[in-house]
Amino acid sequence: MRPLLTRLAAGDRLVGDGATGTLLLARGLEPGQPPEAITLSRPAVLEEIARLYFEAGADILETNTFGGSPLKLALHGLERETDTLNHAAVAAVRRAVREEAYVAGSCGPSGRLLEPYGDTSSTAMYDSFQRQMAALIAAGVDCVCVETMTDLAEATLAIRAAKDVAAAIPVLATMTFDPTPRGYFTIMGVSVAAAAAGLAEAGADVIGSNCGTGVEHMVAIAREFRRHSTLPLLIQPNAGLPRMVGDTTVYDETPEFMADKARGLIDAGVSIIGGCCGTTPAHIAALRAVVGHPPRGS
Amino acid sequence: MTLLADLSTAIIAGDDARAGDLTGRAIAQGIPPKAILDDGLIAGMTVVGDRFRDHEIFLPDVLLAARAMYAGMDLLKPLLIRDGIPALGTVVIGSVRGDLHDIGKNLVGIMLKGAGFEVIDLGHDVAPAKMVATAREHGASVIGMSALLTTTMPAMREVVELLKHEGLDGTVRTIVGGAPVTEAFARTIGADAYGFDAGNAVDVVKDLVGRR
Repeated sequence: MRPLLTRLAAGDRLVGDGATGTLLLARGLEPGQPPEAITLSRPAVLEEIARLYFEAGADILETNTFGGSPLKLALHGLERETDTLNHAAVAAVRRAVREEAYVAGSCGPSGRLLEPYGDTSSTAMYDSFQRQMAALIAAGVDCVCVETMTDLAEATLAIRAAKDVAAAIPVLATMTFDPTPRGYFTIMGVSVAAAAAGLAEAGADVIGSNCGTGVEHMVAIAREFRRHSTLPLLIQPNAGLPRMVGDTTVYDETPEFMADKARGLIDAGVSIIGGCCGTTPAHIAALRAVVGHPPRGS
Repeated sequence: MTLLADLSTAIIAGDDARAGDLTGRAIAQGIPPKAILDDGLIAGMTVVGDRFRDHEIFLPDVLLAARAMYAGMDLLKPLLIRDGIPALGTVVIGSVRGDLHDIGKNLVGIMLKGAGFEVIDLGHDVAPAKMVATAREHGASVIGMSALLTTTMPAMREVVELLKHEGLDGTVRTIVGGAPVTEAFARTIGADAYGFDAGNAVDVVKDLVGRR
C-alpha cells in the first residue's frame, strides 16, 4: 500500500467505513455496556465487522477504540485495560484487512470537560490521549482518527498527543456540528472556520466532520471547510438522526439516499467519504459505487 | 438597584469571584434575600438561558455562568431557608439506566436552578426505582429524565409505570428529553411532558407545577 497521505496528495478519493456501535448493538452489545468491552470478550465480532466493511469497499477501517482513552474507560472501571483493549482492537481489524486497506485508530472525546468550565486539567487530558495514542500506534495503525470532537481545545490535545508519540503518523481529525440559525457550530461553540484553522494548527493532516444530523447538512459543512482550508477533507455523516419506532431504532437515510447526496461531497472536494451512526455495509457499498473503484491497494 | 444589576451581569459574564462578592455585599446592605435571588441570580441566568437558546453563547459560557450563580447561591441559600422562602418546586433529574450522557441533563439542571427550582441531580445511569424513591423521599413534584440513546429510552417508561404502581402518578409528574426523544414518544410511554431543549424544559416544568 502506498502511504495514505501520498494517495490523498495525488488526488485519490477514498471510502471510509460505517458505524461500529450500530453493528455491535445488533450483535448483542447491551445498552450501557461500553463497545470496548466487546474487544476483550468477542474480538472475532470486530474482525467480522471490519471484513463486512472491507468487502463493501472501504479503504479505511476504524478500530473499536472510540472510547479507548483511559479517562473514558474509567467510567466503566476499564482504564487499566487501556493497552490491552487498544492493541486487541487494532489486531482484529488488521486480521480482517491485512495490508490491503488502512487501519485507522479511532479516538473519541474523553467524556470530560476541560478547566475552567469543567473539572479536568489539560495535562490530565493530554496524558489520557497520549496513553491511547501510544497503544494504537504501537499496535501498528496506519493513521489515527480523532473524531466526534466538540471542543477544539480537547481535539488539539488529542492531535498533539498522536504527533508527539509519532511525528509521522497521519492524523485525521473531525468535529461534530449542529445547524443553527447562525450557521454550523459544535455544542461548545466552535464554528467550521475555527475548526478548520484550529485542527490544522494542532497538526492534523486531514480534517472534517463526522456524526451529526445527516448527509445533507454535511454537504454544506464540507463546502465551508473547503472555503477555509486546503487540507484533504474527511466527511462521515450519520444515516440521519435516530428515531424510535416501537422498540426499534430507525435511521431514515437509506444507502441510496446517502450515496446520491454524497455527490455533493465529491463536488465540494472531499477526499474521504464514510459513514457514522446508523450506517451499514450497504451504505458503504453505495458510497463506493458513487466514488468509483480505484485499484485496490494502489 | 445597581448592585443587583451588576450581580446579574457578573453571572452572565461567568465571573464567579465577582458574583460571590456582589452577593455578599447585597446581603450586607440588607437587601431582602428574595430580591437578590430574583433580580440578581435568576435575572442573570434568564439572560444566559435566552442567549443559549438563540445560539449567541454556547455550553462553556453556560457552565461558567452556572458556576457564578452557585457562588452567589451558596451565600444566599441559608438566608432563603431562614426566611422560609420556598423554591418554585423540587425536581429530581437524572440520565436513565444505561445512559452515561449527562451534558444535556446537566444543562437542564442548571436552567432549573437558575429559574428558582430546587434540583436533586442523581447523575447518570440512574435506576428507575432510585428516581422514584428519591422523589418520594424529598417530596419532589417532578422527575426529569434524559436519554441520549435510543437503546436506553425504554427505561423512561419504567419510571412512569413505577410511579403509577406506587400511586404517585398524580403527585409526581414526569418530563422526558434528550436528542432521540420526541413528543410522540413521551405520549406513548405516558409521560406528562416533553422538553425539546433545556430552556423549553424549564417552561414545561413551570407549567407542570402551575408556576407560570
